[in-house]
Amino acid sequence: MPAKVVVLGGGVGGTLAANLLAKELGSDAKVSVVDPTGMHHYQPGYLYVALGQANGRWLVRDERTLLRREVDLIIEQAVRVHPEAGTVQLERGGSLEWDYLVIATGARLVHDQIPGLVEGSHEFYSLEGAQRLREALRRFEGGRLLVGVAGVPYKCPPAPVEFVFMVDEYLRKRGIRDKSEVMLLSPLNRAFTIESASKVIQPIMEQRGIGLTTFFNVEEVDPSAGTVSSLEGEKAEYDLLVLVPPHKGQQVVTESALADGPGWLPTDRHTLEVEGQERIFAIGDATNLPISKSGSTAHFEAPVVASRIASLVRGTAPRENYGGRVMCFLETGNRKATVLRFDYEHPPAPPQPNNVWHAAKWMFNRLYWETVPQGRLPENLPMPIPTGRSES
Amino acid sequence: MSMQIAKTLDLKGLSCPLPIVKTAQGIKEVASGELIEALATDPGSVADFNAWCKSTGNELVEQGEDGGVFRFVIRKK
Repeated sequence: MPAKVVVLGGGVGGTLAANLLAKELGSDAKVSVVDPTGMHHYQPGYLYVALGQANGRWLVRDERTLLRREVDLIIEQAVRVHPEAGTVQLERGGSLEWDYLVIATGARLVHDQIPGLVEGSHEFYSLEGAQRLREALRRFEGGRLLVGVAGVPYKCPPAPVEFVFMVDEYLRKRGIRDKSEVMLLSPLNRAFTIESASKVIQPIMEQRGIGLTTFFNVEEVDPSAGTVSSLEGEKAEYDLLVLVPPHKGQQVVTESALADGPGWLPTDRHTLEVEGQERIFAIGDATNLPISKSGSTAHFEAPVVASRIASLVRGTAPRENYGGRVMCFLETGNRKATVLRFDYEHPPAPPQPNNVWHAAKWMFNRLYWETVPQGRLPENLPMPIPTGRSES
Repeated sequence: MSMQIAKTLDLKGLSCPLPIVKTAQGIKEVASGELIEALATDPGSVADFNAWCKSTGNELVEQGEDGGVFRFVIRKK
């Protein structure tokens, strides 16, 4: 009897894990992916859609075309996991049995956590949101443009910084930069959580005339007054407000009583097992791990989970561990980018932005569909990317 | 001077910037002049709490470390 492996979620982590497992285990396993829409989004592309640099159609593909033929795709909403019974219940009735379960359900946006957020602000964390923001930017004729985050943790930590740099370039091209103020609202006393990256980013912000408001943790948006207020008691006026919405784990995870309060799965940082569950693994945004919620994280975690499950199916001891590896490009506008590469032990040491990293990012954007979901991207890139020395 | 803690925030295991964000939320629930205690394990929180208190005007009345847990006591302004 082949082992039954069920993967919840057809994003980058789920798709890659399913493909690697099917390839590795062949007829020893039956691998199924359960996804509510059956459509795969390349989420890093939303940023380019918002700024009118890419078409939304480029960002979405049929999940079936990304999976190996022998992987089943079940287009259903999973509603509850029963760990003891080894089943997952589906919304339209019925349930699936599993011997091993991979939870790669990602994060969801919870706009209603912040009063006034939906009415008063824009976002680029969904395709619709990015398209709406693109139209709002087209109509923008100058004024105060504020960018920030309305809750932590959120996906792709560099995105708000990338947005301010790219919108600065956008406004210059439209000839309305001198009539506009661009301001980043940061929850901390620096532009980015990681200090070494802030040191690279902040001088460029200054040079471009991009403002920085520190310790501004968004509490409320007042759309009629055109203001956003912070937990720290400050209030800022805006003409166009772009806020990353608060994130939570998916309902199926919360419903299954596997997660903590906001719905993140308590996950072992090395084995990626869900705590207390030997046959359930978690990948990507769904975990509670203190590292970036990003496609890159999921991309590096999926092979570890696939390898561990393959070992368990074969009755050998799992060897692979996740070391916290993440690699993100950070666009700084004007066809330049830098790169953040780090793991649990090494903070990033981002190089000065240049056009090589920008080109690398675009190469990645274009190659994504043919490489990442299938596991075809070489593990070690030929170019050396510096990391810093261990902090501890 | 009595050191009555009005509220304790367990921020252990959370990484930057969550400890600061949770403290900004938590301090809303205590009255002006009351003390709030925050326990964190993120080493970056030492610099962040000092800077946050300086910026917001809340007073950092005590800070220390015990076995990898950083403790901050803040008086709400």
